[in-house]
Amino acid sequence: MKRNPIRGLLLALVVVAGLGCVWQLQKRIDGIQKATATQADNLTIRSGRLLKYMSLEYSPLVAAMYWTRAVQYYGEKHRLHDSNLELLWPLLDVTTTIDPHLLPAYRFGAIFLGQKKPAGAGEPERAIELLQRGIRENPGEWRLYQDLGNLYYLDLRDYAKASTAFAEGSKNPQSYVWMKIMAAKIAAEGESPETSYFLWQQIYETSKDPAIKKNAEEHLILLTATLDMKAIDQAAEQFERQSGRRAARIGELVEAGFLRSVPKDPEGYPYVLGESGKAELNLKSPLLEKMLLAK
Amino acid sequence: MPQPAIEIEGLSKEYPHGFLNLKKRKSLEDLTMQVEPGEVFGFLGPNGAGKSTTIKLLMRLIFPTSGAARILGKSIDDVSVHQQVGYLPEQPYFYDYLTAAEVLDYFARFHRLTAADRHARVQAVLKKVGLETAKKIQLRKYSKGMLQRVGLAQAILHDPEVVVLDEPMSGLDPLGRREVRDIILELKKQGRTVLFSTHILADAEMLCDRVGVIVGGKLRGVGTPGEMVGIQAQGMEILFEAGTTGKPCPMLEKATKTGERYRVQLPEAELYMCLDELKAAGARILSVTQIKPTLEEFFMNLVDADRAQANAVEVSGK
Amino acid sequence: MRNVWAVAANTFREAVRDRVLYNLVFFALLMIGAAVLVGQISIGIEQSVIVSLGLTAISVIGIFIAIFIGVGLVSKEMDKRTLYALLAKPLERWQFLAGKFVGLAMTLAVNTGAMTVGLYLALWSVKHPLTSNDWYLLAAVYLILLKLVLIVALAMLFSCFTSPFLAILFTAGIYVAGLFAGELRTMQAVDLSPSAMAVFRGVSYLLPNFENFNVMGVVAHARPVPLALVWQGTLYAAVYSLVVLVGAAMVFSRRNLK
Repeated sequence: MKRNPIRGLLLALVVVAGLGCVWQLQKRIDGIQKATATQADNLTIRSGRLLKYMSLEYSPLVAAMYWTRAVQYYGEKHRLHDSNLELLWPLLDVTTTIDPHLLPAYRFGAIFLGQKKPAGAGEPERAIELLQRGIRENPGEWRLYQDLGNLYYLDLRDYAKASTAFAEGSKNPQSYVWMKIMAAKIAAEGESPETSYFLWQQIYETSKDPAIKKNAEEHLILLTATLDMKAIDQAAEQFERQSGRRAARIGELVEAGFLRSVPKDPEGYPYVLGESGKAELNLKSPLLEKMLLAK
Repeated sequence: MPQPAIEIEGLSKEYPHGFLNLKKRKSLEDLTMQVEPGEVFGFLGPNGAGKSTTIKLLMRLIFPTSGAARILGKSIDDVSVHQQVGYLPEQPYFYDYLTAAEVLDYFARFHRLTAADRHARVQAVLKKVGLETAKKIQLRKYSKGMLQRVGLAQAILHDPEVVVLDEPMSGLDPLGRREVRDIILELKKQGRTVLFSTHILADAEMLCDRVGVIVGGKLRGVGTPGEMVGIQAQGMEILFEAGTTGKPCPMLEKATKTGERYRVQLPEAELYMCLDELKAAGARILSVTQIKPTLEEFFMNLVDADRAQANAVEVSGK
Repeated sequence: MRNVWAVAANTFREAVRDRVLYNLVFFALLMIGAAVLVGQISIGIEQSVIVSLGLTAISVIGIFIAIFIGVGLVSKEMDKRTLYALLAKPLERWQFLAGKFVGLAMTLAVNTGAMTVGLYLALWSVKHPLTSNDWYLLAAVYLILLKLVLIVALAMLFSCFTSPFLAILFTAGIYVAGLFAGELRTMQAVDLSPSAMAVFRGVSYLLPNFENFNVMGVVAHARPVPLALVWQGTLYAAVYSLVVLVGAAMVFSRRNLK
């Protein structure tokens, strides 16, 4: 009778100590794995059809799992500033093969497959393939046409096809009113910063996906700068017409009344006039690098 | 002549066995017998003789290879026959998760009883088998003996004309066995027909009007218990204590001694002569009993005879 | 029919007292709760994840119960010999089977109902108020229940003539095969003879087409379920189950016990 409590206590201590050891060991193992990790991400089974069979009657769930994985994959790569997004297409391909009605996957793919690296995978053709599948499987979803139009316009710069896509989408009575207008505008003038801004703004406002929103926001910032500089250029032209010479500093434009104040870029740095007399970003502005990368 | 309660005609059961089920094992061969209404009939035989097989055939748990049977005039194919038949299986087992009262109530639902009637009978029969105090305990906690009693209870609950019991004494302590005997006697008093199987001769002797002996799947004989086994009495045995008169007693030499007691066996013809001798020697007679072959010996003889016959058949190539 | 009902009520009572069932239902509810968490890391598809994970839990747990307990309905009674005393009652063997079937079907209905309540709670927690389309989830659950009932019938059929282990294997096998019956029908294999194709087509019609009961894809994306599916599914399950149970009764009626 007397031995039992002591024995019990000792055994309990052994268990606790053992668990503590296991915890520490796990930390060590994690460390080793991190050190030797080559980010061996792999998608063992790439056949969407096979996976669809394997998921029996539970395909929406399996598709949701792959979709989550795709989102995590992109987020992780983005965080590590790793521009190798080679698994994005297979993951999205598998997801949409297993469940062709998983709409967020198409939109995500349209944006992040299509864009150039490092923001996207730089595979716009794949993105088109994805969207066409989406349109085929979901005929009533006019938003996919919006995504297709965006893709052609923003990433492939194929304005004819962009216009067609917007036009197709606008046929659906539930679509945005602007799609019809935009179809005409793009057909007529092709690219313009105003159009780009508008499209990105639409993406920003209608998406709930934080990655997409962030990406759109970055584009909007650059476009804001572009539009700002365009406005400054117009003011400079007016100044030149009026005064017969080019302005040397933005300050002159303000003094002459063509600008209310020295405009600042979205990062807060004032624009400057370059040697050619055109508006340019301030050398200290971080947007300068981003603008160069985007071109 | 009233109709027999149970009639069995040429009932046979063969089981396929061996490689590819080509061979057939005969567990019951051409059984023909009757049980008269109101009698207690004992089915005697060693384990594996075919007693349980017969009873299961009667209850339609297994199907005969050939032959027919009737209970109370109706063919055993007719399930309505079971309204008037109670059955206790060998080593009964019931639903673990139910209490005795619930099991009995469940079984009672298959008989045409009103709810009140059912309730009353369940209580009555629980009392009769001595499970009244345990009726609310789940069967998973019951001992083997208690389960046997539940089995008996569900067999007699609906007051059937015919009661068929497969080894009703198995697993019971002497008190339990006494209680079962009492119940069987009470059934007899009520005019019910009872058929039960056992391999304990004493029970059969005490309870049965008639006995059927079955060995090796064949019926060896039907008759009163005495008729079956008593005929070949092998003599008498006297149990006595040594006399006090000091007179010599030649019996002592022939006797085996255990403690203070002596036991001697002798042919029946010499009985009275020996008793006189012992009386003269002043011995104290404790008991005089008939030496009967045990049922086991009786069965063993039959089994040996069976085997000899089977060998002869094999040798002759039939 | 009182006999059938007596057996059914007893089967239901057995299920209620069997703690394993409670554990399973609890587990399923846990899964549904987890769905809420999982939904939060899947952007844009919280509702879809909750609904698919919830329906998957209900379906998988239900199938486990239907197969394992369905097989046990008959085989447990035969093994444990509780059947001996029961069949000695004025009870036809087919009534026994029918009662067992109804009892387990009722149990499944209650379990499924409980899990559905949990699912609606989970859905409500991320999306309130519920739209009218969300009530189609009930149709999805009902169809799953039909599927489970059919599986029970199949489990009972197999357990009447094979060992419990094989019965479980066969039933699970037929479930998976039945899911692909539709594929079998529309299969386009170049190197098969016309007669082989005809055989495959025939088999595809005779197998239980379990895809008939699957509307998870529709409901996960908050789309309506056509009512015609519900009616026809009910009819299909009823007729097929009847056929299977008649087969089981035929086998069981001639079976020697022990």
